[in-house]
Amino acid sequence: MAMKAAEIERLVRASIPDADVTITDLAGDGDHYSARVVSRTFAGLTRVQQHQKVYAALGGRVGDQLHALQLQTAVPEEIEK
Amino acid sequence: MTSAKDRIEEIVASNDVVLFMKGTELFPQCGFSSRAVAILDHLGVPFKTVDVLQDPEIRQGVKEYSDWPTIPQLYVKGQFVGGSDIMMEMFESGELKELVGAPAS
Repeated sequence: MAMKAAEIERLVRASIPDADVTITDLAGDGDHYSARVVSRTFAGLTRVQQHQKVYAALGGRVGDQLHALQLQTAVPEEIEK
Repeated sequence: MTSAKDRIEEIVASNDVVLFMKGTELFPQCGFSSRAVAILDHLGVPFKTVDVLQDPEIRQGVKEYSDWPTIPQLYVKGQFVGGSDIMMEMFESGELKELVGAPAS
């Protein structure tokens, strides 16, 4: 089952309101995306915890409806040490 | 009867570098698993792979074990490190090499 990029973005923003979300449909099949998510709420979290926040926002769809979500997370540059 | 969690704990505890993946080191069955193997190969450290496709209980169990929804998953010295995206980031920054204690190239 595939998902629309806009739907991924909407779900991420619903739980991480300040998130800057950039989504690329890698294969054009609605099933392989890459996402870059930048949020102040990631500050102080490990990469694993940052990714877990995004996975939680997507509510169990990753690994299920969404086969492949290449994920990159970051905190905004101005608050990076 | 050993639970999946106990089996995963045992595997992770008895191998310094473990990759839970789809397929085998020689025949990865998914692009992300293939990428993860390539990274570890490049680091030149010995590692153990576990093919989750051969074991549905481990496949499900490992997702719950680290609250991580996807395969591959890398564990180093008993700690969950991440999936292939995190591996790639850490490889590029040199952190992964440091973590696994790879020989200087």
